[in-house]
Amino acid sequence: MILWFLARLGRALVTVTLIVTFAFVVLRLSGDPAERYFDPNDTPPEVIEAFRQAWGLDQPIWIQYARYVQNVVQGDLGNSIRENRPAIEAVVERIPMTLAIMVPALVVTLVLGLAAGVFAALNRDTAVDRLIMGASVLGFTVPNFVLGLMLALVFAVEFRLLPSGGSATLAHHVLPVLTLGLSGAAVIARYTRSAMIEVIGQPYVRTASAKGAFWRRVVAVHVFPNAAIPVVTVAGFMVGSLVAGAVVVETVFSWPGVGSLLVTSVNARDLAVVQVILLLVGVSMVAANLAVDLLYGVIDPRIRRTGAEEE
Amino acid sequence: MATVDAGTRVASPARRADGRRGYPLSVRAALAWIGLMLLVALTAPWLAPYDYMRADVLSRLQPPAFFGGDWSHPLGTDELGRDLLSRLLISIRISIVVAVVATLISTTIGVALGFAAAYFRGWVEEVILTLVDAQLAMPFMIIAIAVLAFFGNSLLLFVILLGFNGWEVVTRIARGLAIAADTQGYAKAVRDLGASPWRIYLRHILPNIAATIMVAMTLNVPNVILLESALSFLGIGIQPPESSLGNMVGYGRQYLQSAPWILLVPSVVIVLTTLSISLVGDWLRDRLDPTAGA
Repeated sequence: MILWFLARLGRALVTVTLIVTFAFVVLRLSGDPAERYFDPNDTPPEVIEAFRQAWGLDQPIWIQYARYVQNVVQGDLGNSIRENRPAIEAVVERIPMTLAIMVPALVVTLVLGLAAGVFAALNRDTAVDRLIMGASVLGFTVPNFVLGLMLALVFAVEFRLLPSGGSATLAHHVLPVLTLGLSGAAVIARYTRSAMIEVIGQPYVRTASAKGAFWRRVVAVHVFPNAAIPVVTVAGFMVGSLVAGAVVVETVFSWPGVGSLLVTSVNARDLAVVQVILLLVGVSMVAANLAVDLLYGVIDPRIRRTGAEEE
Repeated sequence: MATVDAGTRVASPARRADGRRGYPLSVRAALAWIGLMLLVALTAPWLAPYDYMRADVLSRLQPPAFFGGDWSHPLGTDELGRDLLSRLLISIRISIVVAVVATLISTTIGVALGFAAAYFRGWVEEVILTLVDAQLAMPFMIIAIAVLAFFGNSLLLFVILLGFNGWEVVTRIARGLAIAADTQGYAKAVRDLGASPWRIYLRHILPNIAATIMVAMTLNVPNVILLESALSFLGIGIQPPESSLGNMVGYGRQYLQSAPWILLVPSVVIVLTTLSISLVGDWLRDRLDPTAGA
């Protein structure tokens, strides 16, 4: 178990390193920082040279890389040009707002998705099943900016029930959370349904029913835990689409979170902020995947064992 | 490795579920829609009744014909009085062309890396699989936004960037199939005949796994359309004066109350197109792909 955990941790560290390296490469390829700060035509070459020395730009590339990694670890990621303060501050202060819609959205995704998937599987090939699956297919071919705008059109413009943008009250949370949560639920419902149907066909389920156990108990004890394994994996990947979705949904509903900050910063070419968000997303994704891996091991002892042998 | 395996594990129940959706009638409707979109992509400049950039302030924000407008602008006009039908046709062209080119790029990258992993094995394979895992761990949209932020935007860069969407899926499929094919008789036979690795992989293994790769390509196209339209919607994808379906929705957003048709029409086209391609892709997977469900 410990070996298995360490192997997972090692893999997570490799991924984080790759993301940091990617940020460094993109940063360096995008041009000489000295030229970004000074106009080479009317700046004395000594000034540029001093700047390059001060920032270590005259050093070999691997020393620059080491220095960059050191800065990242120390949380020193440069200043936001737009807000004229450390970029990391500008990003961190937006995190609670993003979590305020992402966490409820994840709950909607899991609860609604699992419930719909289980229900469809248990009523396989009935009208309800087809209805749920139809809605699910629609749910993930409709891009979330379209879904968000449709919800706004119906609930904010047409019926004037909910606000279409901003974040002042609890009512402002509803549409962003629904938009994010519904598209995730569509994916989870589909995977849950197929995983359930697959497990229902297994001999041990037939055995349990044949023993005379109540069907409800068979589903709760034998079917659902086994069906949960692939669903947990998908849920791990969902965190990624939730992050990407947050960028879009926050923009649609003028929600002041990290996602809308990212879009504003890209348009303002506020690169330090973009870089911080890139690293933040990378680290959170790795952490989420690690959590899913652990959960996976808890749910399914078989995986724990083979995982340890393999490494 | 375990992460990669876990991914393949979930793929199989999903396949079976998809199989139930391949009803010929829906597939026929989907194919008809895709055919229409391809036709529009090829002929948009000749189909468009107006120049898609021509502004006509006198007839701005006209509703579509079926919304109380008249037939001079069947889908109405936008805030500058530009004809929405013309803009829609040009936008479809851009969105489709971008999606197809990007998918060709990602398939090429994926097959090349997958074959490299299968041929060299050892550390090359480890490196490639680590990259696949890292890509899986990172939402591609965030990477795309970051790259566009640092390098600025041009159509060429944008298309190449979208060409990296989904490479990891193809890489995994190509690697798995090539390793399996390598142990089969035909690959061994041509190797014993003295064929070079290039010849074995490109002339013998590739045609044998092409069906599966093409299914993966088909399923990648709607993803690229969604990614492109989301980025264009946010204003960091296709840049004006060019227009894509996402741009149109993005512009229409400001007229949600007064002129909702501006965003409704391109939204419907996006949904129908991605839905159709997904339907056909799933159906193809069940029909062509001998490894499905294996």
